Formats: sequence, C-alpha cells, structure tokens
Amino acid sequence: MPPSLPHDPRIDPGLLAERDVERLPPGLFEWRVAEVVQIASTRRERGHARPAANLRWQDDVIVREIQPGVRVLDLGCGNGQLLERLQRERQIRGQGIEIDATAVLTATTRGVSVFQADLSQGLSWFPDDSFDVVVLEETLQTLAQPRLMLGEMLRVGRRGIVSFPNFAHWRVVVDLVAHGRMPVTERLPYHWYDSDNIHPFTLQDFLDWVDTSNARIVAGHSFSDGAVRALRPEDNLHAEEVLVVVERT
Amino acid sequence: MIVEAHGSHSPRPLGVSDPALKEGSVGWTRPKTIRLVSAETPMTLELGGRIGPVDVEYETYGVLSEARDNVVFVAHALSGDAHAAGWDREAQGAGRPWRATSPGWWDFMIGPGKAIDTTKYFVICPNVLGSCYGTTGPSSPDPTTGTPYGLRFPKVTIGDWVDLHARLLDALGIERLWAVVGGSVGGQQALEMALRFPDRVARAVVMSASTRLSAQGLSFNAVGRTCILADPNFAGGDYYGGKLPASGLASARMLAHITYLADGDMHEKLGRRLQAGTSGPGEGFGNEFAVEGYLDQQGRSFVERFDANSYLYVTRAMDYYDASVWGGGDVTEACRRMKARMLILSFASDWLCPPESCRALALALIKSGGKVTYANVPSQDGHDSFLFASEMTERMVSGFLSF
Repeated sequence: MPPSLPHDPRIDPGLLAERDVERLPPGLFEWRVAEVVQIASTRRERGHARPAANLRWQDDVIVREIQPGVRVLDLGCGNGQLLERLQRERQIRGQGIEIDATAVLTATTRGVSVFQADLSQGLSWFPDDSFDVVVLEETLQTLAQPRLMLGEMLRVGRRGIVSFPNFAHWRVVVDLVAHGRMPVTERLPYHWYDSDNIHPFTLQDFLDWVDTSNARIVAGHSFSDGAVRALRPEDNLHAEEVLVVVERT
Repeated sequence: MIVEAHGSHSPRPLGVSDPALKEGSVGWTRPKTIRLVSAETPMTLELGGRIGPVDVEYETYGVLSEARDNVVFVAHALSGDAHAAGWDREAQGAGRPWRATSPGWWDFMIGPGKAIDTTKYFVICPNVLGSCYGTTGPSSPDPTTGTPYGLRFPKVTIGDWVDLHARLLDALGIERLWAVVGGSVGGQQALEMALRFPDRVARAVVMSASTRLSAQGLSFNAVGRTCILADPNFAGGDYYGGKLPASGLASARMLAHITYLADGDMHEKLGRRLQAGTSGPGEGFGNEFAVEGYLDQQGRSFVERFDANSYLYVTRAMDYYDASVWGGGDVTEACRRMKARMLILSFASDWLCPPESCRALALALIKSGGKVTYANVPSQDGHDSFLFASEMTERMVSGFLSF
C-alpha cells in the first residue's frame, strides 16, 4: 500500500488540519453489496454531453492549501474560476494556461490572465522557479505526456497541486471486471473514444511516480460519496477523486 | 473583410436619421489640434533629425475623470487617423469627404456601452508624426522655406511617435494611462509606450502586432515604396501643387491591401468572377476579374485620402521598429521593463503578422514575469481582422479593460 503519506514535521499543521467531513466507508464485507450487484448487473447509459465537472471541492481545498500573495500557475485553467477565487481570497499573482479560446475569453472577463496554448509542448518558455505553486486540476490524465508535465510542474514551481480521477476506485474496478469494458461512472461518463482522459491512472500509480521522482507529498485529500477527507492508505480503492500537494525535494 | 471603399458614395443627408445620434455612437466629433513642439525648441528625433514646430491632431471621446485616471489611449495603424469613432460633421469643409459616409475607423469598438466604453473611459486618439491627417508631416510647410517639406522631412520612428504622444499626455495633464490599445502598427505603438514609459501605462492591448516586421513584411513595404519612387510624377517628393504620384501610391496600396486580407475571404467574396460589363476573357490587360476592379478601387480611393511622402515615412518607421532594442536584442529582457498588464490578440487568418509572431511576443512577456493574456481569435479577415466587429475581440478587450 502507499509508502509515503505525509507526516512531515516541516508542514504547517494548520495546512493539514482536518476541516473536512470524516466519513470512512464501512468494512469491505458489508460494503454496499447491493450496489456492487447493481453495477455488475446493469450497464449504465454512457453520457453524450459533457457534464459540468463539479470541481468545487477541489477549488475549496486548493484555496486552503495556497498561502496569500504567492505566484500561482494554473495549467488547463478552463474559464478561470479557480484563479479568480485565488486572486480574490488569497491575493495571489495568477497566470493560467488554457487551450480553448472561449474559455480564455470567459477567464478574461473575470479578470484572470490566461495564455492560450497547448500544454503538449511542455512549459519550456517558463524559466525555473517562475511560480510558487503550479496547479494541475483534473488535467494530467488528459495530456499526451503526463510525465513530461509533472517534471515541468516541479521545475517551474516549487510546489505542485495535482488532482485526478482515481481509476482504481471500487466502482470503476467493479464496472470493469463485471462488464469487461472501459468503466462508466457518474464521474467518468464517456465512451473510451470520446473521453478527454487519454491517460487514466490510479492513486497508487501516482504514488509510484512520486517515489521515482524528486518529489514528496506534503498533503493529500480524497473525495468519495460527496465527502472530502485527508488521504489514507486505503484510498486507492476508496477515493473517487484525489488531490495531492507535492513538493520538489 | 471586403468592404466598400471610402469616398464611393455621396454624403448621406443629415437630419433625424443622423447616424451620429444612433445608440452606441460617440456622436459628432471635432478634431483638435495642439502645438506640442515650438519652432524655437525643436524636438530631437531618434535618428538624429530635428523637427519644429510640431502640431498634433487628436480626438477625444468620453469624459476625463477628476483624478485623470480613466484614459484609454488608442493608437492608429499605418493609414489611420485621429478620427477613431463617431461622425465628423466638418468632413466636407475640411477636405475629408470620405468621412461623410463612414464613421471613425474603430467605431464598433469605441462608444457608449461598447468594448472601449466612453461612459467609463476618456479616449484619446492622435494622428502620428509624419502622417497627413493634421499632425505635422512631409506635406506640412517647412518653416525655413515656407513650402512643404517633402523628402526634407526628417526620418521618424515609432519611438518618436510615442515620445510625441507622451508630450500630448503631458499637455493634457494626464500622468498615467488606464490603457493603451492598438492594432498592427498601432499595436506596436502600444507596445512601445509600455516599454518606453513603464510607469505611465497600466494596461496595454496589442493586436495583430509583433516586436518587429519579418523579412517578408519589410519586402512588402519596400515594393510599395518602389512603386511610389518610380512614379514619374513623384519629382523627388516635391509634387505638391502639381501632378500627384497617384499611380505609384495606388499601386503601393493595392499591394499592401492584398497583405491585409486573407485569401479565403477574397476567394469567397470575389473569387475568379469577371467584372460586371466584361464580356469574357481576352479583353486585355485592364480590370477583367472582379478582384482587379476591387483592388483598383482600393488604390484610387487611397490616393484621394493619403499622401505619397507620408506613405514613405510611415512605412519606414514600421521597418525600423524593433522592440528588442530595450533588451539589447533580447525581447524577454526588453519585456522586463514593462509594468503593464498585457493583452495580446492574434487573428487566425493573419499571414502578414501571423499568430506565431504575436504568440512569440506573448511568450517573451510571460517569460519576463509579466501578466499576460494571449488568445488567437478565429477570423477570416486576415491582418485587418482587428478593424472588423467580432464578438470575441470586443469581449476580450472590454473584459481586459475592466480589471
């Protein structure tokens, strides 16, 4: 199970203080047998339209994780909602990167600076340490070269905040095992050929990357069944979504 | 976008249907002229020349706030003028009949409720040094002879324009700009103003412009000037009062106009159609194709409203411009001077100043630590896209200006 979850004395305890709702899933055996049976016996309708991703919990956590006045780069910032909040609530100096012109326009009308660009080429134009924090909110699994971007994230910034859907969540696993097809859940509603998620990975995959990189985890949060809590070792199976703060070592 | 040329209609009758009374218009405008440099203490120019007196024609729209902190400076492009918005009531009398049938060149952008909202901002737009719309230029009288300067007018640069515009702001008691906005050479002026006077510019909007012309851009300017210089009526620039080098200037404009358009748009609007009244191929070497007639009309109408010597001087100023000199040849170093928040817009169909070159400027800015918004606006209108109403351009500008 995950080797290195955070107990670092250098971390501000306030940063990790548990403000989140505590809700652990029940034991494995009594564990929603009915739901497992239901997932295994019915195939969900695949979504066609892209639902508005509810990133509110992640935004909330990121706002808490970011110190006032720092320089923040948001990769794949979409319409600038997070940066606008950070500018307002944390007085950060923000810069976004986004590929979609309409999203750039919306961000501009919010007072957020966004550079329209494709992240697939990396961030070579930024010198080392241009930012204090680099955010990859639900973006990493959509990139052609995730490892390149993770390296760039920790070159350009000292800290990175990475959030992603955890493809080892039990509903996803059950769906895959039962149907033998790429899983469909509420959070992952697309056909494999329509999905932006071209690099699905799990929490454990991410922790493996941390172990082989010049990075360490300084904070982690998971989201499942509508609740946010501190990341735990068993979360590879229990977390629907994960948000991890990493730091260059 | 291919539009009717200036001056092709008779003046619209004025009255209850006054276009200037339409909602969103700044209304009737009146150019102002101010002497910024006296004959006694001439202005020293970047390339060593001296000029004085210098008058500048400018227009303003909106109301200057008490704190004088709501000023948006609009910089015009190569053949533009100070008449950026609204309708010029004195157009006919002032010898500018083309203005009677069309509003200022950025009328869709500037006005009450528009992207550059004149209920919020005080807009200033001056004509540049060396041009021919009221600001001193080669067609102005040389005080030593009393006759037009012609080619005795000193060489000017975009830096000189910006220096002169700073004098205009001084004269109007404006210390700091809310924003400077421009497209093409106007975009380069906006960039230069943010570089030259970092403490006077809070925001800059640069459209369809990069840090310097490419070899291709220099080439088009060179061919245009060659057309003018080769015109037998050019007479070393001393053609005032005689026959004008009309064919040279028209040819220069025809060439330049092609570079402002996009092939897709030209093909769609004009294609390979023959001119109305042309019986078929083989008539000769005049205007057989519709596109030839269109360009011919562009050239002719330009001759009615622009001075050939000014064309030489203004294109040369474009040629000389290179923003990287502020960083010893390095654009990123240059950008470190700037304190303005920047909005860079490129247009997808612009091949004269292609999106990559605008993007390179935006990258240099971001590399230097600046706050930059960059977007490539979908468009079919080529380099001139910034001159045509587009929801995305307008919303980008209004959004950027409100923060």
